Amino acid sequence: MDAGVLAQYVFNGVMLGVIYAMVAVGFTLFFGVLDVIQFAHGDVVMAGAFVGLATYLALHALGIAAPAVVVLVVACAAGLGMALLGAVIARWLILPLRAAPAFNTLLVTLMLGSILRELVRLFYPNGSNPQPFPRLLPAASANLGHFTLRLDTTLLIVTGLVTIVIVNLVVRRTRLGLAIRAVAQDSETARVMGIDFERVVLVTFAIGSALAGFAGVVYGLYYNEVNFDIGLLLGVIGFSAAVVGGLGSIYGAILGGFLFAALQTIGSVALPVSSAYNNVFAFAVVIVLMTWKPTGLIAEPASERV
Amino acid sequence: MTGTAASRVAVDSQRTDLVVAAAAVAAIGAWLWAFLATDRVGVLATLLAVAAVAFVLAQRAAPRYRRALTARPRVATSLVVLVVCAVAAALRDQSYPLLMLCTVLLFVVACVGLDIQIGHCGIVNFAGAAFFGTGAYTAAVLAARGVPHLAVIAAGGVVAALVGSLLILPVLRTRGYYAALVTIAFGILFSTFLEVNDALGGPQGLKLHGIDLFGWKLNRDVTLGGSTASFYVNYFVLSLALAVAAFVFARRVERSWLGLAFDAVRLDEIAAATFGIGVARAKIVAFTLGNLLCGIAGAVYAMMQGFIAPNNFTFGESLILVSIVILGGIGNPLGILPAALIIVVVPQKLQFIQEYRFLLYGVLVVLILLFRPEGLLPRRIREYFPGSAA
Repeated sequence: MDAGVLAQYVFNGVMLGVIYAMVAVGFTLFFGVLDVIQFAHGDVVMAGAFVGLATYLALHALGIAAPAVVVLVVACAAGLGMALLGAVIARWLILPLRAAPAFNTLLVTLMLGSILRELVRLFYPNGSNPQPFPRLLPAASANLGHFTLRLDTTLLIVTGLVTIVIVNLVVRRTRLGLAIRAVAQDSETARVMGIDFERVVLVTFAIGSALAGFAGVVYGLYYNEVNFDIGLLLGVIGFSAAVVGGLGSIYGAILGGFLFAALQTIGSVALPVSSAYNNVFAFAVVIVLMTWKPTGLIAEPASERV
Repeated sequence: MTGTAASRVAVDSQRTDLVVAAAAVAAIGAWLWAFLATDRVGVLATLLAVAAVAFVLAQRAAPRYRRALTARPRVATSLVVLVVCAVAAALRDQSYPLLMLCTVLLFVVACVGLDIQIGHCGIVNFAGAAFFGTGAYTAAVLAARGVPHLAVIAAGGVVAALVGSLLILPVLRTRGYYAALVTIAFGILFSTFLEVNDALGGPQGLKLHGIDLFGWKLNRDVTLGGSTASFYVNYFVLSLALAVAAFVFARRVERSWLGLAFDAVRLDEIAAATFGIGVARAKIVAFTLGNLLCGIAGAVYAMMQGFIAPNNFTFGESLILVSIVILGGIGNPLGILPAALIIVVVPQKLQFIQEYRFLLYGVLVVLILLFRPEGLLPRRIREYFPGSAA
């Protein structure tokens, strides 16, 4: 295979990996503090993309056209909107179900996902059809043989990586992050030490969901199209990435995100069968990986107490 | 002899409880008939309101009468079967409601299977629709080759169990959310595979003919004493027989040493292993039995529908099956029937609000789970002598 073509696949794969990693980090953060899986997370990504789109249309109507301002406002609106949504979900849906079996949280959030999907489909104007997402980034590109280095995609990759790094720094280096990690390790002891458990949970959900909102905008800017049903597959892929990497570990989520993107790319390029089998291949490998490493590649540092 | 008198009073009150409970079941049956038979918006809305009010009012009294039923499982089962039969008889010339009823019963079979896995042995399975679909596609392929239909139905179950055995190793090695991922990945893999595959019809799906069991052609209208009934009555009889068989089977398994092993494994794997229970064996048996039931239900469903396509067996459908199990009360097969009715029939009948029905339905399930987290009919603690803990 030509080196340029190969580089193109790697480049596109990295772009996908960034989006998946952004989604997966949310799953892993939520799992860390509350031991729950927020299955509507993929639909939060979708909602973020739509909030971004609506913000763009509003700015457009107001006559604000400077691309840098527009991109910034769109991304902030999506991030803040989703942060609020995440906190609301945690406060009214996930915390009340703490005492119930873990299954119920799973089911409630799955249902919430379909509620979000339906809300967008029904109440966004013409929401049941794919919506064009504006190209807001400079479209310059450089051709290197068969490889086209697009400026907008590069910017998206860099921005995505920077956001993930910022979240990681917040979790590792700040007082808030210390509280999050304390709750993740042992919520009862953390409470005894004077940490406001509920606040930490809400903030964590806000951070993870804001990241999902950004991911939605990145998705929209990359594909230039968003649809109300992108959330289900994105959610499952993000969840797979978080689990394959090892739940509770941010690095695991990032690793898992890139791994899944790599599998999809390999599935569509290197397999002898049609490229439509790429998801079949990726999920089959996920099952094999889970068999090999039952608690993810970066395993939870916990042993079972008897 | 005060002792005998007291016990006689107790027996009498038990008997009245049973009569009240039977009347309640019959009333639910009548409600169900009215709900299925009508298409008028006003009537449907009134019926839903009545159900909601009755549900709230019955909250306090329900446990007592429920106990009267669960203390006599045979009476309860025959009562439910009788009422369901009566509903079907009342609807005999209306094809669509009967088809819905059959679908509910086949979903009950599949969910009893999932219940053995999830509720008894604690194996999460988010690929129920994939095993259901394996049965359906097996039926489509085999029936087209002229295999006798009874063998086709059995093969649906066996093939689903065999496909499930591919997942045994990952399921045994993983737990909790990790195990959930294995089955989710498999469910998505399965439906994507069906979509892109050409040999099995791709997105267009496959067509099937009706069931023919030793000359009993189920797709022929039934004529009894001069009146003609829809041919779905045949399928109703078959699905009901399967549902009852699955139910009795699940009860038998639950009350056997195998069921005890399942419970022990679910509650604490390490403790179970310490007491000499083969954890791996229990999980393999539960997983295989569950998939077998899903496959059988899928095979019958395919032949009843006459047409199957990949989007009948997506991850979303698996979620519907799991919602039925959880809504009914995990581990209690009795709860599956009402839960399946709510989840399958209500969205179908809410056609009049068209677009908004999935939204309302999602909100409904969320509310039920928030306010009744243990499901409609929670599983009770194991009883060794029926009626003793009443």
